[in-house]
Amino acid sequence: MSLQFLVDGILAGALIGLGAIGVTLTYSILRFANFAHGEFLTFGAYATLLIAGALGAIVPDAGQALGPFSVGWAVIAASLFAMALTAGLALALDRCLFLALRFRGAAISTVIASFGASMALRALIEFAFTSRPAYFTRELQIAIPLGFGLRATPDQIALLALTALLMIGVHLMLTRTNIGRAMRAVSENPALARVTGVDVERIIRMTWALGGALACAAGVMLGLIVQIRPFMGFDLLLPLFAAAILGGVGSVPGAVVGALVVGLGEAATVEFAGSQWRAAVAFAVLILILLVRPTGLFARPT
Amino acid sequence: MTIDLNGLAAYLSFFLTTALLNAIVCLGLNVQWGQTGLFNVGVAGFVAVGAYVSALLTTPPSDAHWGGLAAPIALGWIAGAVASGALSAFIGLLTLRLRADYLAITTFGVATVVELFALNAQRVTGGAFGVAFIPRPFETFAERPALFGACNLALIAAVVAAVYVALERLARSPWGRVLRAIREDERAARALGKDPMRFRVQAFALGGAIMGLAGAIHAHFIGFIAPDNYQPALTFQVWAMLIVGGSGNNRGAIFGALLIWALWSASGLAVSAFFPPEDQARAAALRIVAIGALLAATIVLRPRGVFGERTTVSRHIEGADGLGA
Repeated sequence: MSLQFLVDGILAGALIGLGAIGVTLTYSILRFANFAHGEFLTFGAYATLLIAGALGAIVPDAGQALGPFSVGWAVIAASLFAMALTAGLALALDRCLFLALRFRGAAISTVIASFGASMALRALIEFAFTSRPAYFTRELQIAIPLGFGLRATPDQIALLALTALLMIGVHLMLTRTNIGRAMRAVSENPALARVTGVDVERIIRMTWALGGALACAAGVMLGLIVQIRPFMGFDLLLPLFAAAILGGVGSVPGAVVGALVVGLGEAATVEFAGSQWRAAVAFAVLILILLVRPTGLFARPT
Repeated sequence: MTIDLNGLAAYLSFFLTTALLNAIVCLGLNVQWGQTGLFNVGVAGFVAVGAYVSALLTTPPSDAHWGGLAAPIALGWIAGAVASGALSAFIGLLTLRLRADYLAITTFGVATVVELFALNAQRVTGGAFGVAFIPRPFETFAERPALFGACNLALIAAVVAAVYVALERLARSPWGRVLRAIREDERAARALGKDPMRFRVQAFALGGAIMGLAGAIHAHFIGFIAPDNYQPALTFQVWAMLIVGGSGNNRGAIFGALLIWALWSASGLAVSAFFPPEDQARAAALRIVAIGALLAATIVLRPRGVFGERTTVSRHIEGADGLGA
């Protein structure tokens, strides 16, 4: 038996984790399940693709692959721009749609609105870019042996390292900075946080911006490892929710652990049952956790 | 220019039949969301379960899929509704004691897994090839399309009317009042000794059974089903129908279904008229954008929809001064 599927599982888990952090934060701070989060991933990947293409056209060797990696600095620079753009998209959606509903106090209507926004955004992306898959690069990479018979490409190793850095950064921000403390305060008790002088609307904007930027990073990662297509984010939505609920809504380390469980579960399923059943894993995890421990693994004591 | 009257009549009859099938699904969603406030994002999955169960039971024996018991169509309808209702009850029991949006996430998962199963469990469902040779009501008239279409339209209109009357009676019954009481103020309902969980599961199962019935009727009307029919876009359309028509109002649900289906069909005609063939697949995406924008605008600007919910009271006191308004 080859253990190579573990590498695929950890990669999938890392990228699900990046998305699930955004889901778990918006869920606990805004108190609704955002069905449009998958489209943030898709939007981020396409925005990066467009900007990288433009950079490559302006600067002659921006598209040249860097060292052992498959993409040039154009994609790296573009992904930073795209993270800002995706944060902007999340803020704009909040401004146009969710803000009005928040003041009306109809949390569950907000879920419907986010479902509608998800469909509309995805259809717009499909209109703009067609449903044909796109790629950042067509270069093939040779996987390097890691020992124990495991292999990974240089891209995969770099992405894993970057994801770990991002996750540690978010964790430090939430636990060590004032804004992070304010975010956790709003997630625990918005009324009390407001009384103690926390600007709740500002915290909500920060949450959207952070969630959008991380979703964009996940989208670029998915685009590099697999491909870019209009349904890429939507198909990841169930794993994102499953990871967030498994980890306990509101817990960032929980979302990452949940994501690793879902990612490894998917990879094991692909290995032993066939790739067509991959999408059922997140559902199985979700049903199990709802049956056994619906508050999640790392639930806050209430 | 001559107008092909027969063709126009056939188109209208087909259009109305499909719109009314959507209206049945929409009525089912109204029981769940409109009356009870339960959020189902997997409508397409519940419709698919009804369609597949009925189709597998009633088709002639076949090697392409499981079943093929050649059961009568009516039995298929009932089995489709029961299967989808049972699945809804199970999902309800699992999630309704938890946060409201866990139901949304779980039903979303149900739709994903049902589609996956329909597509990949080829020996059971026929896989991507779907199920063909599903018996159709009034098959003996199939040689005369106008009569065939009219009979099916009449049959489905009768089902819509029956479901409508039954749901209106239920809404006025003590059971319906408890549902609305739970939706408006769960604590007060609980204080009156009503078990919210039980009523919610019942309402969710009833709504799911109606969706399954609609799926079964649709399968027999078309005669062929495939996994493609049950994509998230279907869920989305039914939601748009209910929200635009006015959730909580059964007439609103039927009106919304007719209106959105008319807009959907008209936008389809517009796409094929204004876009060159190579761009039509792309332009079709714009139809979804338009429905999504309409849905979002309704939620923000006119949350009660076209009809809005009427005050519903017991049929014994309706019309009494100051209450029936």
